[in-house]
Amino acid sequence: MVDVAVQPNRIAPARPAARKSGLKTALKRKSTTAFLMTLPLILLIGILVVYPALYSLHLATLNKSMHKFVGFGNFIFLFKRDTFWLVVKQSCIFALTAVFFKVLLGFIVAHFVHNVPANKQRRWRGMLLVPWVIPPAMSTLAWLWLFDPSYSAFNYTLSLFGIGPVPWLGDANWARFSVILVNVWYGAPFFLIMYLAALKSVPEQLYEAAAIDGANWWQRIWFVTLPMMRNIIAITTLFSLIVTFANFDIVRILTSGGPLDHTHLFATWAFKLGIESGDIPLGASVSLFMFPILAIAAIFILRDVTKRGNEA
Amino acid sequence: MSRRKLTRRQFVAATAATSAALITAPYVRGAYAAGKVSIGFWDHWVPGANSASTELCKEWGEKEKVDVEIDYITSQGNKNLVTIAAEAQAQSGHDIFQMPTWWCHSNSELMEPLNDIMDPIIKENGEVNDTVKYLGQLDGKWMGVPACVGSQIKGPCSRIDLMKKYAGIDVQEMYPAGAPPKADNWTTDAFLKAAEACHKGGYPFGIGLGETSDNVDAAGAFFRAFGAQLVDAKGNVTVKTDEVRQVLDYYKRLIAFLPPDVAAWDDASNNKWLVAGKGAMIMNPPSAWAVAKRDAPQVAEQCWTHGFPVGPKGRFAPFLPFFWSIWTFSKNKEAAKSLLVHLSKPSSIEKMVNASGGYDLPAFEKLTTLKVWAEAEPPKGTLFHYPDPYKQQVMSIAAAPAPPKIAQQIYFQATQTKMCLRYAQGEKMEDTLAWAEGECEGFLRS
Repeated sequence: MVDVAVQPNRIAPARPAARKSGLKTALKRKSTTAFLMTLPLILLIGILVVYPALYSLHLATLNKSMHKFVGFGNFIFLFKRDTFWLVVKQSCIFALTAVFFKVLLGFIVAHFVHNVPANKQRRWRGMLLVPWVIPPAMSTLAWLWLFDPSYSAFNYTLSLFGIGPVPWLGDANWARFSVILVNVWYGAPFFLIMYLAALKSVPEQLYEAAAIDGANWWQRIWFVTLPMMRNIIAITTLFSLIVTFANFDIVRILTSGGPLDHTHLFATWAFKLGIESGDIPLGASVSLFMFPILAIAAIFILRDVTKRGNEA
Repeated sequence: MSRRKLTRRQFVAATAATSAALITAPYVRGAYAAGKVSIGFWDHWVPGANSASTELCKEWGEKEKVDVEIDYITSQGNKNLVTIAAEAQAQSGHDIFQMPTWWCHSNSELMEPLNDIMDPIIKENGEVNDTVKYLGQLDGKWMGVPACVGSQIKGPCSRIDLMKKYAGIDVQEMYPAGAPPKADNWTTDAFLKAAEACHKGGYPFGIGLGETSDNVDAAGAFFRAFGAQLVDAKGNVTVKTDEVRQVLDYYKRLIAFLPPDVAAWDDASNNKWLVAGKGAMIMNPPSAWAVAKRDAPQVAEQCWTHGFPVGPKGRFAPFLPFFWSIWTFSKNKEAAKSLLVHLSKPSSIEKMVNASGGYDLPAFEKLTTLKVWAEAEPPKGTLFHYPDPYKQQVMSIAAAPAPPKIAQQIYFQATQTKMCLRYAQGEKMEDTLAWAEGECEGFLRS
């Protein structure tokens, strides 16, 4: 005999209204929590990056008084200006040279720090990170005083050896050198830290195998270290290229784009045209021109990384 | 009865949601409703000078029962220009904003006409000079009330001892305190000779050729002294003229007597040059002397501010006025106008000028002989001729008389100083002129 009463015709009771328990369920899901936790950042990026970028695109299609739609008119105007092509050339020189030296310096110093005994490494890492940690506007101001036409500490020191004075910021070539120097000083620690971490992840057995095969120090770097670090080098180079190309503070503080516009980058020239000269649409056009150049660089570098990833 | 427990996951999710809402809730600062007026003043270089404007605004606010909110916005890093651009784009912000030189014209469509208060102000304080009209008026509409705060002349500030010793010029005799100037022989040629002599003596004139305002103003005054215009008042490009060639030749000779690094000078470089005792003259308002008073008294007591040299086409002083303007989107225009009238009273102006130690220059005719300039010392009389009390000079601004929206671009892209530098560094005259012509044609776009 069945204890449980069976009522074959009974309709299964309907579930209660799902609203409250639907929210509860949603809140319990990991993806909801993750979304809510990243929401502030998403909103900040949306408000401070995406919206201004789209607004910039809109501004770049307007005339100077912002009353008329001119399409690509601003870009066509820029393409006919010598100063614009000077800025393009200078931005490329600045970005490529600075990134090259940052990579090189970061790579070399990472090797030195890697070979420092483990108990002292933290100290060295901390000290070498300082340039990157100080707000760039502050450190660049200190460099400005070091390069000052009247009070340069560098020129004072050089004068003790009968050299100089060097027009650090007054001569076009020296000004370019100074701006690149400060950027390398500021950015190299980032590369140092990334490459140090990458070095630590290269398996020791590979170096042992190379040593057994009679490889010298250069061959170890070329055949073991560099191939293992290729992806991280590519990615850090790409990030740094983008950030360096878009640099504003170092050039703005040191030279404001001078002398004779020979250190202007896209960002500083966009500020000069857009804010100081009162032509906001033209300033927007200049700043947007960075995008296609950087997009092309990003495609090539990331494609290479993906290809190597697929091969592995 | 089961107790509903709050799980850790629910707590974290709820906290995240609340934080997200709080962090991202927009704080909208718009123009205030009736009963409030907000004003964005320029943050003065002279320590303590802001207190005068704060007190005047408070006093007016208490009398009129209006809440006044004051922001002091620095021009360091062009923060004030960025704020103006943001408020213009958003059509929201302060009721009154202190506009530098070109910005009334730059935002002409958003400037509330102020003829109703300017006419009585001019009647009370005296007429304004042509540069103030050039920068503050559009088709007869006043776009701002000339502000004494921050308005300045960037004329010569010379070292009495060095000019006497090396150039044989007694600047105190040329511009005696309390008496009219005797400066007919203070010409651009005499200036060049003095520059050469002081350079030979090891104390060159500190006149920069960078792209910042001090450098551009000095070059602009020389351009006007020679009658050289890159763009005329009607908007025609007039680069390839004899006057422009003359001033470029003049500057090429002058540059040979200036410090080697002048192409890199910013607005602080000439101040440092004077205070360090390295130069016999700079072009600057009295801020450099004020700092020397504090840091290098032996330099300060040898400083004498005086007029610009006269060129073939006249004697022009680099004058930079500020304006107090009301945005058209202000929600309390009548109260804002009332505040501006209060700030423009002679007693208010005198209070602000005194607080600035004589730096601030009223644009009105009747207010150029305040006691502060006669009494500033050391040495006594050092600032007497700063406001040009005998109207010896024509107040001017670099790139004038080009239409202001074009002149602004010539000014900020430092076309004049760049021309001087390019030519002095060896470029052919005609190439320099061709380059400048191309630049100016680009500035004509609307």
